[in-house]
Amino acid sequence: METYILAIETSCDETAAAIIKNGTDIISNVVSSQIESHKRFGGVVPEIASRHHVEQITIVIEEALTKANMTPSELTAVAVTEGPGLVGALLIGINAAKAFAFAHGLPIVGTHHIAGHIYANNLVQPMEFPLLALVVSGGHTEIVLMNEHGHFELIGETRDDAAGEAYDKVARVLNLPYPGGPHIDKLAHEADEAVKFPRIWLEEGSYDFSFSGLKSAVINYKHNMDQRGEEIVAAHVAKGFQDSVVEVLTAKTLRAAREFNVKQVIAAGGVSANKGLRTSLEETFAAEGIPFYVPPLNLCTDNAAMIGAAAHYMFVAGERGNMAMNGRPGMELKTWVK
Amino acid sequence: MIYLGIETANAPLSVAVVEDGRVIAEIVQNNKLTHSNGAMPAVEEVLQKAKITAAQIDAIAVSQGPGSYTGVRIGVTIAKTLAWTLQKPLIGVSSLQALAANASLYSGLICPIVDARRNHVYTALYEGLTLEEIMIDTHESIDDLCIKLKAFARPVMFVGTDVEQYWDVIEAQLGHLAIRAPQVLDLPRASQVVHIAAQQELPAVEETHRFVPQYKRIAEAEANWIKEQKK
Repeated sequence: METYILAIETSCDETAAAIIKNGTDIISNVVSSQIESHKRFGGVVPEIASRHHVEQITIVIEEALTKANMTPSELTAVAVTEGPGLVGALLIGINAAKAFAFAHGLPIVGTHHIAGHIYANNLVQPMEFPLLALVVSGGHTEIVLMNEHGHFELIGETRDDAAGEAYDKVARVLNLPYPGGPHIDKLAHEADEAVKFPRIWLEEGSYDFSFSGLKSAVINYKHNMDQRGEEIVAAHVAKGFQDSVVEVLTAKTLRAAREFNVKQVIAAGGVSANKGLRTSLEETFAAEGIPFYVPPLNLCTDNAAMIGAAAHYMFVAGERGNMAMNGRPGMELKTWVK
Repeated sequence: MIYLGIETANAPLSVAVVEDGRVIAEIVQNNKLTHSNGAMPAVEEVLQKAKITAAQIDAIAVSQGPGSYTGVRIGVTIAKTLAWTLQKPLIGVSSLQALAANASLYSGLICPIVDARRNHVYTALYEGLTLEEIMIDTHESIDDLCIKLKAFARPVMFVGTDVEQYWDVIEAQLGHLAIRAPQVLDLPRASQVVHIAAQQELPAVEETHRFVPQYKRIAEAEANWIKEQKK
């Protein structure tokens, strides 16, 4: 089935719209980032995010249509991130999507944000199953197994902080600007030695993660050094922290890939833009002989193209939303194939 | 001229289709449904009842705030998206003026009240009958509002579902000068939003992208940040 899906994503601090053909081809992909507005607060402020979304939403959708050189009548459906995310932010995208779909008599599909992150890979390389996805972002750290399109099985997840959250918190300890991830990644790359921090493996055989202990270890290290009147070397701390995160993420993903005998491993989410993590996963799976893919940077961070890719498979499977669609901040990733 | 009116600035919801001043269909509800659940189904229903399609709408009028941040944004987002994609003009109306219009047959002063929490309200003041604006939309404490109203030494009719929770304070301050509107007038109506909009000049459709809510307050995080900078 040929589809042209207008996708909208406003779950956090990016106002985004895209038009995707058949779940694989990007016709247009527009992202308006608010990162500059949130920097001074050291994190995303939900109310300010919502205010920006209202300002940008129609401009971004129009640009997606203009760049695609398409009119609403040429579209098959409208897709929108239904959750999880900041509820006030989600509501802008959802209500714009509903109004647009209603105005043009188009069906609407509510999409899961993490399904979107996983499907970002389908825009680069067709997904092959069984597939293992490592989803790492500011709000998520999950290992997901997929046996076919629309099937999701949560193999492991964080029990406390998400990987990206730990990055932001450690960055604050090191007085690095927000968002912390890229700064820590860069510092870690420049460092010639690393402070030794623990690896949190949890109980044997577990695919779950925990990063709050590691974060505390970094805070304690700085505290102890301060008390002794010694200066910390930020780069050494950054490398020590990143080494621990990357080692645990890589090892658990590798073990799961072996156990489930997958044909493909993919990384998704904002933290998969991290160079240290990418390199480690690339090298590990190259040695293992399992194809590993990670989307280009602009498809790792929040975008609507990924939502349109996932929505294609939902639409083909008969999934439909309606005019009463609400934001679902705590939405769970559920299999949609029957 | 067919208007679609949308009012979701606070807990009640209202949508209406008004043709040349005649109300063809209107939904007014106060059932605690969230607006994201209720607003678009109500738009769909009111157009069905009026037997028109989205393409037949000539202009859209929306309650632009102040009020619940999320409530105002849902109405504005729907109105803005419809207006932009249907290429029809969009007019914003003060949520407080729309509320005051419910009591416009009163000959004294009219004071719409919307709760803004922490003993603060969004409010304004209008002359009865003419709906002439005496005090523009503002965010202030209920005590400061009462002091200002006392100075007029004239009867004031209070309107809005949130008057209830401040009535004791208002009555204590203003005594017999304070009059409560009949409860049936407390719910904002999209037909009033359209009625007020219809008296204004239609903006160009190109203006729609720039349309934003009138919050009348900066975000709390921003207020705190500004305070920090001043230290």
